Amino acid sequence: MTVTDTTEPLIDAGEQARLTARRRERVLRWLLPMLTVIAALVLWDRIVVWNAIPHYILPGPGLVARTLVQDAPILFPALLVTLQITLMALAVAVIGGVGLAVLFSLSRWTEMCFYPFAVILQVTPVVAIAPLIFIYVENRLVGLLLCAWIVAFFPILSNTSLGLRSTDPNLRDLYTIYGASRWQRLRYLQLPTALPYFLGGLRIAGGLSLIGAVVAEYVAGTGGIGSGLAFRILEAGYRLNIPRMFAALALIALTGIVIFAALSLISHLALRKWHESAVRRTE
Amino acid sequence: MVVTWRKPKPVGQRPPLMRMDGVDKVFPGGIRALHDMTLQVNEGDFVSLLGPSGCGKSTALRLIAGLMQPTRGEIRWEGTAEIGVVFQEPTLMPWATVEENVYLPFRLKHRRFVQVAEDIRLALRLVGLEGFARAYPRELSGGMKMRVSIARAMVTRPKLILMDEPFAALDEITRHKLNKDLLELKEKISSTVIFVTHSVFESVFLSDRIVVMAARPGRVFRELAVPAPYPRGEEFRTSADYAALCRTASDTLHHAMGESA
Ligand SMILES: Nc1ncnc2c1ncn2[C@@H]1O[C@H](COP(=O)(O)OP(=O)(O)O)[C@@H](O)[C@H]1O
Ligand SMILES: [Mg+2]
Repeated sequence: MTVTDTTEPLIDAGEQARLTARRRERVLRWLLPMLTVIAALVLWDRIVVWNAIPHYILPGPGLVARTLVQDAPILFPALLVTLQITLMALAVAVIGGVGLAVLFSLSRWTEMCFYPFAVILQVTPVVAIAPLIFIYVENRLVGLLLCAWIVAFFPILSNTSLGLRSTDPNLRDLYTIYGASRWQRLRYLQLPTALPYFLGGLRIAGGLSLIGAVVAEYVAGTGGIGSGLAFRILEAGYRLNIPRMFAALALIALTGIVIFAALSLISHLALRKWHESAVRRTE
Repeated sequence: MVVTWRKPKPVGQRPPLMRMDGVDKVFPGGIRALHDMTLQVNEGDFVSLLGPSGCGKSTALRLIAGLMQPTRGEIRWEGTAEIGVVFQEPTLMPWATVEENVYLPFRLKHRRFVQVAEDIRLALRLVGLEGFARAYPRELSGGMKMRVSIARAMVTRPKLILMDEPFAALDEITRHKLNKDLLELKEKISSTVIFVTHSVFESVFLSDRIVVMAARPGRVFRELAVPAPYPRGEEFRTSADYAALCRTASDTLHHAMGESA
């Protein structure tokens, strides 16, 4: 497929410059964000120290880190609870979002009937629905899941729907000519076409299910199955334990970043063979 | 190499394969895309539909492919309709490898890959892409993608292959090469081809019959025979016969366009 040139590689100045620029960019892409984050932390620390801000108003990054370690026995079980709800909600959002998208694509009538409900669920703020949900739903875990799901499923549904409708018209004709069944069309044409769209929705939904889980916890308060990070933040707030609030906040942010990174990796692995967004240019 | 496809008989002794009889196609809004088209296609024919854009060539192919129904008239097949199609774009599935793309017609007929692996290998060898079975479409050049598309159209050995301006988007050099290879391929597998083009040179080089079409309404203007024997190669393309035939076809085409304009 490739022709290997055994002669001495000849590179003109322009190409050499472009090569250097590309190499520099590869390093800077990682280095720059890390440096800015570190700079921000240092600045934060200096502001606290120079202005002698008391730790119950604004703790410095060092204190937050120490609190994170000290309060680990409280914070990490809480993190596990939040994480569990987030991941379960994401899983249900994937099943529900893809399931509904497939159902809608199989039957235009179903789509016309039920799409408005999906939109209503999406545009109504979850904090507004959550109290009702906890009144009607006995089981606290189910209530939390429901809240997180409402927030997370829509991007998956709408992206997957769009993907299922984005098949190449010529390929559609080809499938018709070869007498493909509805199932074959779905399995071999629509689902692969929709995959990049779905993965785009999944990355959004990952962050949203964390938000949904945290918001639902705020509304639900404690009781039943252990307490999540949001509840720990509320609790620390009542006690004016500001460093712990920051520590819990840092954990939530970190969790969000890890979820996003993991989903991006999954997306890259799934598409790297063929999709333009993931293939590396062979230059 | 053993290829066991049907061998064509000389023109005039070929059994009929498909016939369009007084076919009209009117689209909503009253656009008459095709008017009173009659076309007889026999086994082993290489028929070109030549005409300006908008004269109903694609519509004719879509009717033959069964993608839509004629408004009037009928399309009759000897036996069952088995067709392969090549579009102007390669129309490959980007998520599937070359061999999986060629496997598609079989897959949709519920055939297992292992049962047809040999057919797929042979089809790829016939289009000169043996070494690329595991490559993805994005790794191939435009001409190579077109070859995959051709392999997919012929892998089931259909009675009729429909090609809608398959080489129109390719550069001149690739196009010449593919024209030559397509003829060789057709010799080997003796299939029947309906080839849509708006290039006079292409139609004369490839076909044994040229159906010149005119627009508004789309219709058959005249049918020309190309009495040059196959196999045709570079000698034919540079011969005086070829030049004369091109001249005739070109005049007919201009006549057809002048009449409708
Ligand atoms: N699905 C359609 N609906 C309405 N008009 C169409 C449709 N398909 C083709 N036409 C019209 O029919 C005419 C013939 O089109 P087509 O068969 O694509 O021509 P060609 O392939 O020769 O360029 C054109 O005027 C075109 O606009
Ligand atoms: Mg056309």
